[in-house]
Amino acid sequence: MKYAYYPGCSLHSTGIEYDMSSQLVAGKLGVELKEIPDWNCCGASAGHTTNHLLGLALPARNLAIAEKEGLDVMAPCASCYNRMKTSEVAVKSSEETKAKVAEVTEMEYEGKVGVKSALEVFVKEAGLDAIKSLAVKNLGGMKIAAYYGCLLVRPVGIGFDDPENPMTMDDMVTALGGEAVDWPFKTECCGASLPTAREMVGLKLVYDILTMAQSAGAEAIVTACPLCFMNLDMRQNDLNKKVDNANFQLPVFYFTELMAIAFGEKPAKTGVRKHFVDTSSVLAKYNLK
Amino acid sequence: MQPINLTSALAAGKDFVEKVRKASGVDVKACYQCGKCSAGCPVAFAMDYTPRQVMRLLQLGLTEEALKSHSIWLCAQCETCSARCPRQLEPAKVMEALRIEAKKAGFETEDEIATFNEKFLRSVASNGRVFEAGLVIGFNLATVRPFKDAGVAPSMLVNGKLKLLPHKIKGRDAVRRMFEKAEKMEGEHK
Amino acid sequence: MRRTGVFVCHCGSNIAGTVDVERVAKEAAKFPNVVFATDYKYMCSEPGQQVIKDAIKEHNLDRVVVASCSPRMHEPTFRRCLESAGMNPYLFEMANIREHCSWVHPDKEKGTIKSIDLVRKAAAKVVKDEPLQKSSIGITKRALVIGGGIAGIQVALDIADAGFPVTIVEKEPTIGGRMAQIDKTFPTLDCSACILTPKMVDASQHPNIEILSYSEVEKVEGYVGNFDITIRKKARSVDMSKCTGCGTCWEKCPTKVDSEFDMQLGKRKAIYTPFPQAVPNKPVIDRVNCTKFRTGKCGICQKVCPTGAVDYEQQDELITEKYGAIVVATGFNQFDHSVYGEYGYGKYPDVITGLHFERLINASGPTMGKIKRPSDHKIPETVVFIKCVGSRDEAKGKSYCSRTCCMYTAKHATLVHEKIPGSKSYIFYMDVRTPGKGYEEFYKRTAEEYEAQYIRGRVSKVYQKGDKLVVRGEDSLIGRPVEIEADMVVLANAMVAREDAGDLARTLGISYDKDNFFTEAHPKLRPVETHTAGVFLAGACQGPKDIPDSVAQAGAAASKAIGLLSKTQMESDAIVSNVDESRCSGCMICKGICPYKAIDAKLITERVGGKMAERQVAAVNKSLCQGCGACTVACRAGCLNLLGFTNEQILAEVEAVCL
Repeated sequence: MKYAYYPGCSLHSTGIEYDMSSQLVAGKLGVELKEIPDWNCCGASAGHTTNHLLGLALPARNLAIAEKEGLDVMAPCASCYNRMKTSEVAVKSSEETKAKVAEVTEMEYEGKVGVKSALEVFVKEAGLDAIKSLAVKNLGGMKIAAYYGCLLVRPVGIGFDDPENPMTMDDMVTALGGEAVDWPFKTECCGASLPTAREMVGLKLVYDILTMAQSAGAEAIVTACPLCFMNLDMRQNDLNKKVDNANFQLPVFYFTELMAIAFGEKPAKTGVRKHFVDTSSVLAKYNLK
Repeated sequence: MQPINLTSALAAGKDFVEKVRKASGVDVKACYQCGKCSAGCPVAFAMDYTPRQVMRLLQLGLTEEALKSHSIWLCAQCETCSARCPRQLEPAKVMEALRIEAKKAGFETEDEIATFNEKFLRSVASNGRVFEAGLVIGFNLATVRPFKDAGVAPSMLVNGKLKLLPHKIKGRDAVRRMFEKAEKMEGEHK
Repeated sequence: MRRTGVFVCHCGSNIAGTVDVERVAKEAAKFPNVVFATDYKYMCSEPGQQVIKDAIKEHNLDRVVVASCSPRMHEPTFRRCLESAGMNPYLFEMANIREHCSWVHPDKEKGTIKSIDLVRKAAAKVVKDEPLQKSSIGITKRALVIGGGIAGIQVALDIADAGFPVTIVEKEPTIGGRMAQIDKTFPTLDCSACILTPKMVDASQHPNIEILSYSEVEKVEGYVGNFDITIRKKARSVDMSKCTGCGTCWEKCPTKVDSEFDMQLGKRKAIYTPFPQAVPNKPVIDRVNCTKFRTGKCGICQKVCPTGAVDYEQQDELITEKYGAIVVATGFNQFDHSVYGEYGYGKYPDVITGLHFERLINASGPTMGKIKRPSDHKIPETVVFIKCVGSRDEAKGKSYCSRTCCMYTAKHATLVHEKIPGSKSYIFYMDVRTPGKGYEEFYKRTAEEYEAQYIRGRVSKVYQKGDKLVVRGEDSLIGRPVEIEADMVVLANAMVAREDAGDLARTLGISYDKDNFFTEAHPKLRPVETHTAGVFLAGACQGPKDIPDSVAQAGAAASKAIGLLSKTQMESDAIVSNVDESRCSGCMICKGICPYKAIDAKLITERVGGKMAERQVAAVNKSLCQGCGACTVACRAGCLNLLGFTNEQILAEVEAVCL
């Protein structure tokens, strides 16, 4: 398997752990990732809410470059994935849109290649059997809430998993010996950039998700999106300061970090030491250090 | 509270509703006002009009009120409303279309969100990618909170999560041209 | 030279608004054999028909063309008009310039040209028309009712009271249907069983009614007045003639199974009657779950049966009977809400449906009438009702309104208030629809006196939080999101067609709509008939209905069936198949094709080369033939022709339009 890799802006900065661990997992699974040369930002989510055409064109430029190389794109960030998917579907379903997008990007994108999320490539396509056979460590029953966020399973009808109760990440957690807790906020929105732009509105969403995960008995959250990750991981400290009685210390992982660790990688190499919320104690508890 | 003159409002709003339909693919007339969108909306609690009410404003031709609502800026574009709408309408796309129109009309009722988006896109337009440190610092300066989020900066620098200089892609001129062309093709902003 | 008259109808402005009717008449007057043409405001009206009759006399017409609506609408009207003017009613053609022209073509010029063409076509055909005669046939004076719910029972009682024998075929082990599962009925709150069971008993004791429970219609042949119905009597494993219904077998049966009747909330045995008042009150063995059938061991019921009625060897039995009329009353199913991910995909035990609630509140139900939630048997204090689950939802369910949910939800909330002191009900609704006698008053009482809090809005999400269910909605009247922590959630699931409705429709040859409800012949004027003569509809198999409507419709269907069965002879249409014996080779391919068994071989004697010889040809029984035309296309020699639609007549039409 070979994919054009679209890390997106986050994976080169705040989501660096996702990049590190994705590369490790890809190596183990035999998925070849070739970074899209000179890729640009997909614009999410300011782009499409400022200028509809720009919102389609920014991802299309990257898709066009990938198409030249004849490779489908893997986009680990849920937001990038959602924008690219929207652009892919728009170009495929309307000749008029295709022509407009080509005019703006000055590149031809025919819709011959499409985009997949990292979860789709590393779990759905690789298969649970392959994941199990590569695992040398067991998550030992760690109680984990799989948090997909909103955009990974939308728009409805073109996503790869159920929009209300997705299971791809839960299945992965179970395959690696963890306990995927059943909880109802798998696809609730974390607010994306709202905690930055309108802090108290955004923080409420993060607070609700963390509280629900905790009350479901989760010892950790696993996610597949750098924006979700940043909100859930970095904002815990904010919440503890700003909200009465809040005292969150809930480790948040990228699903690729847990996979890489289970595949025998040293935790430090996967990026788990870079998190805001300490991950070492929960990893130590399950002998995953 | 002034009564709404529906006769004139409906007539005046007709063209705009058609514009929204073209831009979003959503025929707001088909909305039967059940409120499922607003019930599931994660941000509805902070909105001045719930997503259902935004649809209603358009149904009644109250264009300006819709464009001046805070809701269209607070919308996180999570698409929960679109996923659950029993009429298979997509309120999230209406929100998107309204925000674009509001910007054109100069109604940016949520300064901070508008500023954030603008700084974000300016960063993309000049570098081809987002320069997060520059974005956050620029945003916080613009919103007169220079030290917000500053506490996390040192650890992020150490962890390689924050770059001090933007990465400029080779094709940044092409990206800038995309901005210009898209703006021209979709109509000038005020 | 024929003398044809052409009459163009305005249909008020229905036709005249978009077709230049005067021009159509003027053009028609120029067609070959047309000696008179005119237009009139309403051709079907009394004075309109008089115009035709006068013209027939005055112009000595021997052929008539009316250009108006669909023949489905008024062909019989105009045929009668011709008959009363002394003409053979089959020397007549209709040109449909309403449905085919004025209603579909906004362009007046084009619509007019097309209308002229359609009239030209009809005028060309009518000169080829020959006088035809109707024939008649006897009627089997017996009715079959499919489905033994309240609608089917009512139909059977009404027909039986009129003196005709009736058979009820019910696929479950007992009659009673959905109404038997219901606890109280709105708007009077009288006990459902108390008003239903006497009717069940009446049906079982009526000398004119035969009940075939645990049976299904397998095959339908024949036609109106003379249907041949094959019924499968499923193996009950109990000899009905020996069983006394004493109940020893199901008391002793060691195998417990989830009860379908109690919506899986309670248990029944493997040998069982669905509920105590079952009719017939004789058990069946559920062979899928019975230990004897699964493993060969057990056999307790046979040992304990005092009359030796248990018979493990019993086989399904197929019987074929003749009936004159069929009434379909197969009822409805409850919508399966497991497609609603936002309400938990059906996996939360305390999110139940309306029918579950009926069983929970029923004194002979699994909780003896105490409202206890399924998960932990706690009595719920806060109950949330969500309406329109699967109704008015084209994304996940059905586009239609299920009509009954507003009322049964109000009833449920009333019963919660009565049975659980200090409880609180919340009802999420989009609209409250109460268009029945006493319904609005009932709803008002629920809201005002029984403390049900109505909230206008569709619920977006229900999720489990500890032992509570959190319900998120919007109060759309104030425009704010609301959240309720409930102990139990009751969904008002839509009424949907039976999952096998399409199969039954194909067996019966009746039509059904996009939602699998059987289609009535006319939505306003023929609400209980189908397009298949002799087959009638009653109850919720035609669309969502409550009990009063089902019973009313059952009475209507019964009266239609009685009307049919009361005739001594039935006139059959003159448009039947006809054999040109001189060209028939006697291959009899047509015989196998005919769905009505109307074609048989016969021997004719003819002179061949000066000698008399016998030869086999096909012969059509004109009483049995329904004029479907299947044989005419199957005939290799083209010697079969449908009278009124002969090859010559059709070709005349084609030539008139195309040449």
